[in-house]
Formats: sequence, C-alpha cells, structure tokens
Amino acid sequence: MKHASVRLVAGVAGTLALVASLAVATAGTAGNQAQHAAKYPAPKVPGAAAIKAKYGGESITFIGDSVGGSHARDLALAKQFTKDTGIKVKVVPHPAASDASYSQLARVFSSKSSSFDVAMIDVVWPGAFAPYLVDLKPKLGKAAKQHAQGIVQNDTVDGKLVAMPWFGDFGILYYRTDLLRKYGYTAPPKTWTQLFAMAKKIQDGEQAANDKFYGFVFQGNSYEGLTCDALEWYESAGAGGFIDNGKVTIDNPKGARILDQFRAQIGKITPRDVTTYQEGEAHTAFVEGNAAFMRNWPYAYSIGQDPKSSKIVGKFSVTVLPHASGKSVGTVGGWQLAVNRFSKHVDASIEFVRYMTSAPVQKFNAITNTNVPTIPAVARDKAVVKANPYLKPEIASVMRVTRPANSLKAHYNEGSKAIYQGINQILNGRPASSVLPSIESKLERILR
Amino acid sequence: MSTAATPAEAPRRRRKSTKLKRRQTRLAWLLLVPSLAVVAFVALYPLGKTVFQSFTDEEFLGLNPVSWVGLENYKDLWHDTTFRDSIWTTIKFTVITVAFEFVLGLAIALIVNSSFKGRGVMRAVMLIPWAIPTVVAAQMWKSMLQSNGVISDAGVRLHILSEPHAWIADPSTALAAVAAVDIWKTTPFVALLLLAGLQVIPHDLYEAAEVDGANPLQQFWRITLPLLWPAIFVTLIFRTLDALRVFDVFYVFFGNRLGTQSMAIYAQSTIVGDGYVGYGAAISMAIFLIIALFVVIYLTFQRLVMR
Repeated sequence: MKHASVRLVAGVAGTLALVASLAVATAGTAGNQAQHAAKYPAPKVPGAAAIKAKYGGESITFIGDSVGGSHARDLALAKQFTKDTGIKVKVVPHPAASDASYSQLARVFSSKSSSFDVAMIDVVWPGAFAPYLVDLKPKLGKAAKQHAQGIVQNDTVDGKLVAMPWFGDFGILYYRTDLLRKYGYTAPPKTWTQLFAMAKKIQDGEQAANDKFYGFVFQGNSYEGLTCDALEWYESAGAGGFIDNGKVTIDNPKGARILDQFRAQIGKITPRDVTTYQEGEAHTAFVEGNAAFMRNWPYAYSIGQDPKSSKIVGKFSVTVLPHASGKSVGTVGGWQLAVNRFSKHVDASIEFVRYMTSAPVQKFNAITNTNVPTIPAVARDKAVVKANPYLKPEIASVMRVTRPANSLKAHYNEGSKAIYQGINQILNGRPASSVLPSIESKLERILR
Repeated sequence: MSTAATPAEAPRRRRKSTKLKRRQTRLAWLLLVPSLAVVAFVALYPLGKTVFQSFTDEEFLGLNPVSWVGLENYKDLWHDTTFRDSIWTTIKFTVITVAFEFVLGLAIALIVNSSFKGRGVMRAVMLIPWAIPTVVAAQMWKSMLQSNGVISDAGVRLHILSEPHAWIADPSTALAAVAAVDIWKTTPFVALLLLAGLQVIPHDLYEAAEVDGANPLQQFWRITLPLLWPAIFVTLIFRTLDALRVFDVFYVFFGNRLGTQSMAIYAQSTIVGDGYVGYGAAISMAIFLIIALFVVIYLTFQRLVMR
C-alpha cells in the first residue's frame, strides 16, 4: 500500500516535471525554426566527387553557432556538404556566451580529446588555442589569400595558419526610423549625449502606451560582450583601448567619465536589467518593438527583418555607433573555423572548413543570416550589400577596434573577465573611480 | 591453585577465539576490497590529486612544465578578497535557504502527514518543483524576475511595489532572488525527508497523549520533535552541504558577476575560465575544509542533543 502510493507519487511528479521541461525546451526552439525559411539554397560543394572518393563515409563533429538563426544556417550547410561529399557532419551548437564557449573548448583541448573535429573560435582565441590546432596553411593557404589580410594575420600564430576566417563582425547602432520621425528627428544620433537625449524623449512618449518600452538596450551582463561594448565607449571617448602598447591604461579620467555617464542612464533610458542582458535579450527587446536604439552585431538585422520573429520589419535601420570626444568605432568580433589537432578525421575536417569559408558560402551566410563576409570581393557583391545595409561604404569603413588579445595572449579570458566584471559593477551602481584602479591592478598582474 | 589455572586457560581460549576472529577479519577485508577499491578510485584518487595540484602552478592550456610551488597558492588565497566575498555570499545563502526550507518543509510535512482527502495527489503535486531540472527552473525564474517579468507585474498590480523592480540586476535584492528559487525548489525535498521521519513515529503514542489530555502543541513538542530529531539532522546536513556547494542557480542568474559568486562558481571560473588548475585546486581544498567544518559542527551538536 505504502509502496504503491510512493510509486504513484514519484510517477506523477516525474511526468509533470518532464512535461514542464519539455514545454520550456520547445519554447526555446520555436524561434529558431521560424528563421529556418530557406529563401536561398545552400551552395554546392566544389570538387565534391574527388572529396567523396577520398573521405566519403567519414563522420565529423562541428561545434557551431547558436545565436539567432545561425544554428539553422549551420544545419543547412552541413546537410548540403553531407549530400555532396558523403562526409557526415554532426552539428553541435556552442554555448551562446562566448566565454562559456571558450571554457568548453579549453576543457576538450587540455584533455587531448577528439570529441569534436571542427570548431568555431572567436577572433580573440587563436593565440591561446594555437598549440591545439591543425596548421591549415599547406591545404588552405591559397584559399586564405582571398580573405581580408588583417584577419588572416590574426589567425596566423608563429607562422602557422591555425584558423580560417569565417565571418567578421563589428558593433553597430540599430535605430527605429519610424520613431525618430515621430519625435521629429531627421537623423540618427552622432554622439552618445545626443543618443541619451533622443532615447529619453522617445521613451517618455512611448511609455504611455507601452510600459515595457525603453530608449536604449545593449549588452551589459558580466560577460565577454560587455568587454566589446565598453571598448567602443572607451575608444569613442578617446580613452584608449584598455591596454595600449603593452601598458595598462584602463584607469584614466576620460574612461571614468564615459563609464559614469553610462551608469547614470541605467534604469533611466535602459531597462534596469540591462546589466544582465546579453545579445539575445537585447535583440528580443528591440525586435518586439520595446526599444528605440540598440547596440548589437550585424546578425540581429536578419531577425529584425523576419516577419515571423519581428514586429518592426521595415521600421528600423542601422548606422555607426555614436561617439563622445573621440571618433565612432566598432569593436571587431567575428569567428574563425579551426580543426582540432587530436581529431581522427583531419583531412575530411579540412575539406569541411574549405567549403564553409568559401566565397559562395560567405555570400549565402551574408544574404540569409546577415553575417559580415571576410572576403572583400563578397562584401562588395551587390546582392550582399542589398541584404546587409551596414556594408554600405560609410558604415563598413568605420574604424574597427580590437580587444587587447595580443597583449593578454593565453590569459585573454582572465583579463577580459577582470574588465567586464569591474564595468558591470560600475553599471550596477558603483562610481567608476572606485572600481577602475582594481581592474588596472588585476590587468597589470596578468601582464607581469 | 585456581589463580594459577585461570591464566593458563585464558590464553588458550583467547588464542582459539583469535584464530576464528582472524579468519573472519580476513574474510571481512576480502569482501570489502571491491568497495574499497571503488572508493579509492572515485574519491581518494581525485582528492589526492587535488591536494597535489594545489601545491603546483599547473595551468589549463599552459605549455610550461608544471612545478612545485609549496604553499604559494594558499598564501595567495589567504589574501584573495574575491574568494572571501564568495565565502560570505555562500554562507549567507546557506543560512537563509536552509532556515526557510526547514521551517516550510516541516510545516508541509506535518500537513501532508495528517489524513485528509486527496493526500496522495497532494504529496505528488508538492514534488513538482523538486523534479524540474535546476537549470530549467532557474531559467524560468530568471525571466519571471526581470523588471518586465510577472513578479514585478503582479507586485505593481497588487500595489505591493510602487514600480517594477529588477530583482536580479539590483545587487541589494540579488541574493534574495537566488535564495527564493532554491527555497521554492528544495522545500519539497526537505518535506519528503521529514515526512519519512514522521511516518515511523508510532501512532499509539499520540493516542496515549490524547488520553492523557495533551493538546496538539504539547504533542508536537513532546512527541513529534524529539522522535523526529534523527530525520531533522539528516535533512539539515544534506541541505547545508548542498547549499554550500551551490553552483547551477548562481551560474544561470549571475554568470561571472562579482559580489554574487558562490564558492563553487569561483572555483569553476578560476579553473575552467582562467585555466589556473593549481590555484583552483587550492580553492577547492579550502571549500572542502569549510564544508568539513560544517559537518563537524553538526555532528558535535547532534551528539549533544541526542544525549
């Protein structure tokens, strides 16, 4: 009797929990599926017959993308590759926060595991991961010549090409064209002060009808994305790039001033929670029509234009980020594809990388998923520019700034953590002058 | 005479029993070997390795050979204010959650232990929060606790809050928010353990108390609580150790935010994020000792109460 009731209890509770977790899981994927609409077919693999003859039947694991519609893009490309070459590709999305993704790869590398073959790696990681990656120069050196040479340089460590550029990224400002017009503005803001003022006016007007509406959203969580956002604030205020010429410069008056200006806006023209926002929370707020301005990467453009996920189709545009006493800049982001040195299918993996970083695939990515091509010829393609307005020369030519990866090398992650943790504390209410010295000393300790 | 005979006989008897005893001891050890081997492999080996690593400068993706640094890591740890903050955060979290979970869990256990219609369903329903995977539950709560989430919305509508509040982002409410999720999730588990304890209390004790004219409150203090002590101790030790090791809710809620790191979060981010395996091992040893300290406190307290 007692046993029966215990079993009943466990059974009922287990079933309910399962249902609840499934509901949450499906709620999460619904958005991605909406993106899946194939407007443009995945390109065919060049020379597929020769690849099939050599490596057909092998199977590789690819640690791919997870932001917005990117997983659907990876699946479509992998499917085409498998169809043409007979090489099976298992696509595993990486954690959305890039520092979590770094940890995942570091763990695999340090255990010399072959659990994946190809992975996407952030533009700031080649230095740290180089010893664990296959030199692609012998097989892909020629293909690399068509990519932007700055990125190829970034991916070359001690003369070895440890990764192939896949797509580039830089921070841009998204703004609501309809709301700017409604409140009497003819152009997007040029300076941060203008942005704060415009955001305030629009928010005051819109909140009457929509209490979830805020002026400005960005990435304020304590994670890698905040290092990117804050670098733009710094450089655009003439406050340097955290570490300049091997010297830590983060604690300076111009930097403190711009950080305090942002701190003063938290909860006023931004949601108070913006200090917990990553890319996903920011673009969700924007495409649901709950924000006038957003700082984000180009990927969000395709989400904003997708009627299935967006309430603001045709009502927004993009431009360069505002500036303070410096010039407008955009932090360089972007992803590379690299092959695990411990992989058991190195050659098949290299063929996959060759395909994924080829010009036709970059065009496909740019048009279907608004990824910035790393091949300049593709970036100039008319169809690509049409789908990616931020590739217009006046936006694409904005000064790109890089995070201090070259100074921090293998300790980049730790250094970036010191930066974003400190700046997140400032945004959460502490004066910049009380936090910057401790970030500075942490960075100095790492460099020593 | 007799005094001489006894010592002569006694050793023989002792020798005899010793032989049997020895054989039994040998058999006992033989039977224990497999489980000892498993314990050595899954517990002692990792523990020993961590102790060893904590005296080295091993790094995750480090290319330099690992070298012995003696107590260097522990010296650094002593001056590490971030770790000190994480200890306080974790202890505050532990005290808050264990206290609430115990009181609420006991109340729920007493209620579902009494007989009423639909008791079976009630017992099943109360387990739902506990059966949902923590990361899933934390994610649900995270969106509910945003300033545009249901909790702020309900608070404003019911005039409890004057304006929407960002529970997680605001440092002054962050710990309360994370504790609330743990309390919501783990109270059922506490209730279940205490319910098991309640069910072994013989019912005739209450009948006798009834006959003697004891009121329900007296029954609780004189019968229920004393007989429930063993279950209470097990529950409290379980929950305290779990709370001290908390990782998942903090990870989902705060990631790497300063001031809201639990000890386990700090150890994980030091080892996996920064790649300092040696220093991380020293942190892990410190966590181990802190938890051990709590166990000692509990066991001492238990011995005092039980006596």
